[in-house]
Amino acid sequence: MSEILLDVQDLHANVEGKEILKGINLTVREGEVHAIMGPNGSGKSTLSGVLAGHPAYEVTKGTAKLHGVELLGLAPETRSHEGLFLSFQYPVEIPGVSMVNFMRAALNAKRKFYNEPPLSASEFLKLMRQKREIVELDNKLASRSVNEGFSGGEKKRNEIFQMAVLEPRLAILDETDSGLDIDALRVVAGGVNKLKTSKNATIVITHYQRLLDYIRPDYVHILYKGRIVKTGGPELALELEEKGYDWIKEENK
Amino acid sequence: MTRAPMKTQDPALRQYIELYEHNTGTLDAHSAPVMNALRPRALEVLRDTQLPSRSTEGYEKTPLDEMFAPDYGVNVARVNLPVDVAASFRCDVPNLSTLSACLANDAFVPSRDLAQRLPEGVTFMSLARAAREMPELVAGHYATIAPLDQAAVALNTLLAQDGVFIHVARGVRPDKALQLVEILSAPVEMAVFRRILIVVEDDAELRLLVCDHTQERTRRYLASRIIEVKLGRNARLELCGIEESSPLTSAWSGLYMSQDEGSESLLNSTTLTCGTTRNDFCIGLDGEHASARVTGMAIGGGEMHIDNFTSVVHASPRCHSDQMFKYVLDDRSRGAFEGNILVEEGAMFTEAYQSNRNILASPDAMMHCKPQLVIYNDDVKASHGATTGQLDNEALFYMRQRGIPEAEARTMLMQAFMVDVIDSVRIPGLNERLRHLVDRRFAGSLGDCKGCINS
Repeated sequence: MSEILLDVQDLHANVEGKEILKGINLTVREGEVHAIMGPNGSGKSTLSGVLAGHPAYEVTKGTAKLHGVELLGLAPETRSHEGLFLSFQYPVEIPGVSMVNFMRAALNAKRKFYNEPPLSASEFLKLMRQKREIVELDNKLASRSVNEGFSGGEKKRNEIFQMAVLEPRLAILDETDSGLDIDALRVVAGGVNKLKTSKNATIVITHYQRLLDYIRPDYVHILYKGRIVKTGGPELALELEEKGYDWIKEENK
Repeated sequence: MTRAPMKTQDPALRQYIELYEHNTGTLDAHSAPVMNALRPRALEVLRDTQLPSRSTEGYEKTPLDEMFAPDYGVNVARVNLPVDVAASFRCDVPNLSTLSACLANDAFVPSRDLAQRLPEGVTFMSLARAAREMPELVAGHYATIAPLDQAAVALNTLLAQDGVFIHVARGVRPDKALQLVEILSAPVEMAVFRRILIVVEDDAELRLLVCDHTQERTRRYLASRIIEVKLGRNARLELCGIEESSPLTSAWSGLYMSQDEGSESLLNSTTLTCGTTRNDFCIGLDGEHASARVTGMAIGGGEMHIDNFTSVVHASPRCHSDQMFKYVLDDRSRGAFEGNILVEEGAMFTEAYQSNRNILASPDAMMHCKPQLVIYNDDVKASHGATTGQLDNEALFYMRQRGIPEAEARTMLMQAFMVDVIDSVRIPGLNERLRHLVDRRFAGSLGDCKGCINS
């Protein structure tokens, strides 16, 4: 069996004093794709925020290790350097910061973390060109401010583009399908699939089964009221699609 | 002969009046008749007034009586003070071919061969010398735009002995910008009174960069500066000021501009480092179709205090004005902005806009802003907006998630916040230079004049 990449044990977290995650256990191995599904308010986005280190969340209990490194005490940037990537449900617009400067700062910070010299201007631009092709990101977007004036689809493509540049060990895609039409969905999912290797892993957080037609999960977990209440194979997603979440709610009253 | 009793109770002012009375002859001897002629009137005003204090509207945050109160020396005999003028000429803006001069305290020091290199029709010289050589031209404008009945203006008029005169003849549009490097440097704590007179005749154009530096950073200095500007019909002015002085420097600067029909002005003011700075921008749109754009940015840190005050008076129809000031305040720095727009009764079809946006980067920083619009007719498009907030935490988290360390992410966001002010500067080459200076300032590597000069 391949190595464990992410190991979450008994994770509890609060938002503004209210407990949202109530004991999450999750193990993700290299080369795997996990889908986390669940109704609104079940804690899906909280889980991704907690793993990425968003300051709004307070972890009260539990551990989360990425290739053996305990994440929960680390700064968000250090978690990123360790190989965690979060594709945002709502990518943030940053007026005045160009995509080029943003990506160069991100990439060189990571290189510095691994004691590598910064990329030269020409190496960097070449890399940008290569990675853009993966998600067919328009060249003109690269010269704009981060996400500013991007359409919903362009923002999501931009997330996967950044993932391609940073080559994370573990990517968490938070509702990457929201706001995407079917063509954009295909491009974004295609990008994720191209980036898949035997050494990295992906967690796909989604409401709908639709995305999972394009990004095939090895495991599907159902998150409800802050706990993973059911785990299965891809067929679980199909079952959910058919029956809705009500039977989960019934079972977990 | 008995002197009129001094009514002013303002001790700050009294010391300067006494200085003048004891040194009138010396003062006049080291200046020019055109400038000397105004001193008695200035004195009369000062006897009956006080410098604006904390209880004077518009000066609540930067009382000039306190700024002018310390007992500074004034170099009335204008003895040569050691100023490393050569160093100031290294204060070059790369890619910007400038015709430069230095104002060492109040003494005009041209760069080598400046007079030969100036384009035909462009005058850039000592004000006192110009007042001696071209008394009629200078007298026609000197102290006609700055309101002499205001104490700070009167005080400058009482004591200013020299400064800079810039004249661009009718229709002349030089392709190069002028650069003035102002240096404060003296072996004693000193007050310097500077006067700059700019006349851009009809259809002429001027681009001017003014850099303010303090060379000797361990002493207290006070700079009082008045810039009077006359823009003729369809004249155009771009004036960009950058202050990078020292924590012990106090500066009051008053810019007073009168714009004729169809003239256009672009003013930009950047405060990178300072002690206590108060800048007044008073613009009269006196002819139809005149336009003024005033932009400013201030980057506060340490104990810096930066106060910008604007007064844009729409006195004629169909004029356009636009003000944009941005502050990023860190540590215990203080910022203030008061923006005034007055649209007079006859100024129909006015467009007047103002915006002031600020970021407080530390819990101990403080910003005061006061936008004021006074409109006396109905055919006006006007707006103002003022916001003070913090850095966008979601943007900060997004950047950190991508691996950008927090300090660097904060710096990038602060720089980004200033982008539109930087982009408002049109002098070729200066835009990039300003961006670089702002980057360096945020990165904490500006702190003395060398930062702006080399690299």
